[in-house]
Amino acid sequence: MINQMAEVLVEPRIGVYVCHCGSNIAGTVDVEEVSRFAGELESVKVARDYKFMCSEPGQNMIKDDIRELGLNRVVVASCSPTLHEPTFRRVCQESGINPYLFQMANIREQCSWVTEDHDGATVKAKALVGAAVNRVYYHEPLDVRQVSINPNTLVVGGGIAGIQAALEIADAGHKVYLVERTPSIGGHMAQLDKTFPTLDCSACILTPKMTLVSRHPNIELLTYSEVEDVSGYIGSFKVKIRKKARYVDMDKCTGCGLCQEKCPWKAPSEFEVGLGKRKAIYIPFAQAVPNKPVIDAEHCAYFLKGTCRACEKFCEAKAIDFDQKDEVVEVDVGNVILATGYDLFKPSGIYEYGYGKLDNVITSLEFERLVNSAGPTQGEILLKNGSHPKSIAIIHCAGSRDKDYHEYCSRVCCMYSMKFSHLIREHMAQTKSYEFYVDIRSFGKGYEEFYNRVVDEQTVFIKARPSKVTQDAGKLGDESKLVVHYASSDGTKHQQPVDMVVISTALEPQKDADAVGRLFGVSRSADGFFRERHPKMDPMATMNEGIFIVGCCQGPKDIPDTIAQASGAAGRVLAMISKGEVEIEATTSVIDEARCAGCRVCEGLCPFGAISFDAEKKVSRINEALCKGCRVCVAACPSAAISGKHFTTKQIMAEIKGMLIESKRGS
Amino acid sequence: MRQKIGDQPRIVGFLCKWCSYAGADLAGTSRKKYPSNLTVLKVPCSGRIDPLFVLKGLRLGFDGVLVSGCHPGDCHYQTGNYRARRRIVITKKFLEYLGIPEERIQASWVSAAEGTKFARVVADVVENVRAIGPNNLFNNEG
Ligand SMILES: Cc1cc2nc3c(=O)[nH]c(=O)nc-3n(C[C@H](O)[C@H](O)[C@H](O)COP(=O)(O)OP(=O)(O)OC[C@H]3O[C@@H](n4cnc5c(N)ncnc54)[C@H](O)[C@@H]3O)c2cc1C
Ligand code: SF4
Ligand code: SF4
Repeated sequence: MINQMAEVLVEPRIGVYVCHCGSNIAGTVDVEEVSRFAGELESVKVARDYKFMCSEPGQNMIKDDIRELGLNRVVVASCSPTLHEPTFRRVCQESGINPYLFQMANIREQCSWVTEDHDGATVKAKALVGAAVNRVYYHEPLDVRQVSINPNTLVVGGGIAGIQAALEIADAGHKVYLVERTPSIGGHMAQLDKTFPTLDCSACILTPKMTLVSRHPNIELLTYSEVEDVSGYIGSFKVKIRKKARYVDMDKCTGCGLCQEKCPWKAPSEFEVGLGKRKAIYIPFAQAVPNKPVIDAEHCAYFLKGTCRACEKFCEAKAIDFDQKDEVVEVDVGNVILATGYDLFKPSGIYEYGYGKLDNVITSLEFERLVNSAGPTQGEILLKNGSHPKSIAIIHCAGSRDKDYHEYCSRVCCMYSMKFSHLIREHMAQTKSYEFYVDIRSFGKGYEEFYNRVVDEQTVFIKARPSKVTQDAGKLGDESKLVVHYASSDGTKHQQPVDMVVISTALEPQKDADAVGRLFGVSRSADGFFRERHPKMDPMATMNEGIFIVGCCQGPKDIPDTIAQASGAAGRVLAMISKGEVEIEATTSVIDEARCAGCRVCEGLCPFGAISFDAEKKVSRINEALCKGCRVCVAACPSAAISGKHFTTKQIMAEIKGMLIESKRGS
Repeated sequence: MRQKIGDQPRIVGFLCKWCSYAGADLAGTSRKKYPSNLTVLKVPCSGRIDPLFVLKGLRLGFDGVLVSGCHPGDCHYQTGNYRARRRIVITKKFLEYLGIPEERIQASWVSAAEGTKFARVVADVVENVRAIGPNNLFNNEG
């Protein structure tokens, strides 16, 4: 209806603008030829080419033409719409044209950049411009939907990234739900000893923030919890969170810790990466937040065998509750910040290094625990036999910069490896450390200086990726040594005997990044980490409006970068909250009741249950608030009664036809 | 009479905005090279692809049609690509009935991270469709 009225009432007057993008497009596509071609198309009143259409003069060119030539539809042939569609839609709007009366032809990412064939690229650009012109002819003015922003925010993951983002938003006076799946917040940073390059004690800078989180009136902390379901869209997401049973009543528990003292059952401590033990009822670490225990049912004698209940007997607060059940809570939020962090690459994958088979071959995170005074050895760097190592090899890039594992650089391993050499010197002045590196990457503020400092401390740097680590009993003079095999740059083979080997393993995406990404509608890049909206211009938003990614879930990074990104995303969320509403695409579909046959085919297809049947009128109807605009129903309706705004059948058919105008003209 | 249509074969690709179109953009930003025979039409979801679009493409003179969306299980709208998959099967059946080689319709799932894969898919599709030869079935008047 609107479609026909628009057609009848105003004759389309189209302006076409072909961008050179410097030489990015013009170097491959004959842009003048494309613009000449466009100028001859039906209803095109003007076609121009210009160096940078997105620049101020480029935008003004369009505005002037709209005013002077009375254009009512615009086509820009330039980069991907992902980049500049919002820019040109705004130009249209500012000139009094509905922003949807605009179409973009992607002649850069999908044309000039993917071929060296100039003729082929020019033909293709013309096809894309022909398609865009044909399509825009049928565009209809649409209303942008304004939705209000629920000022509550969900932060998923309680590492330093999630903590930072939550505090920033909460400090600004808004409610935050912080969901952490383990029993305490803190993430990996809580396990570190000192932090490069300044060597602040990690716990000393982290725990104050953790405490702030636990006391903050605006933060609702949900630990030992996971998000189960997310629905809705920017401004109003509905989130279901499962709070796993802790078997401890958090209100009654005083955190005295008597239970974990009395509990007779042990399990490897996750926090100590298996180097120490914890009880079946346990507070994960001394500064844990919340500082209250949880019962691990998989290791609890009562759950396994039906007897014990020692903790219950000793708990004076009567806080133990073996009947506790998982609880599912539902919250409404306007934005979501994902801060789910990273996992460590398991070096047992590189079997040549002997991890898991040879004694005294450990991972970097295990070393962090060994060297930590609150760790399993009270900060003594000890070998399996209880003695101090006299030499330690640190192998960089295990699983990183290696096409067999991860092609990317993990960005922190060089630095933490050198931090280890420094800490070794601090703990045991006589112990030698060897850094086996591929390239030293010390790019951050103060990092190169730190490298120089470690070099000055007599650390031995060996540029090689060791081929294997073996155990050599006695052969090399000592009773039992690990031997690092490597080749120097001229190919000669060497062996370095040491007492301990630390493997600096890669940071990799969380095992369930796939499922979590799907839950929140966030895709992943080739490296497996969550994919940002734009790798340079928007590294914290995602293609899914209202969902942000911060910290290592977006890619490996150090703490300063994590904090910067988390604060940045918090700022973005706060800006939206303070504006109060946001424009979203006019994407919903509508059913023309006059054409609807009431067959109800569409109803079963809609993934969001947005379609219902009006039994009285015998027609189906779409609930605008629920429709996400996939247009699955549009393609399925046998009566062609459903119109998928901005992707109508007429528009798409015209676009297909438009692609061929160029070839039918001949050249 | 059939008219010359640019470079042979000519292929139209229907790409969903969330995965495959973004994958095609990534091929561009990573400067992967592939043949220029394919022109892309962006749809919100592969579930929007009406078999009529495919038939229209062939009727107008395209030699082949590529349908591409998110990997099964990864649809931004949960199940749109399953609908697309089913429709492709049916449309192929219909082509067979019309005596058109079903290879004129090609489908591939390409994620937003798979720029290299997209370039390879285009090269393969172009080769496969070229092998069948030009589409002379209609007079391409549309
Ligand atoms: C050995 C080693 C030493 C390092 N040393 C330094 C250093 O000295 N200086 C420095 O700047 N950087 C260092 N780093 C890097 C530092 O660890 C990271 O920059 C930082 O921890 C990133 O924080 P994050 O919050 O993004 O991730 P994480 O610390 O991994 O936190 C993620 C949190 O999210 C939770 N989570 C995950 N999935 C879910 C889910 N689905 N639902 C709910 N919660 C979830 C996790 O349980 C975890 O608590 C080191 C790294 C390693 C491996
Ligand atoms: S004994 Fe009771 S009060 Fe004390 S920590 Fe354990 S559960 Fe809490
Ligand atoms: S477009 Fe149709 S099928 Fe898709 S969400 Fe909206 S009503 Fe449901």
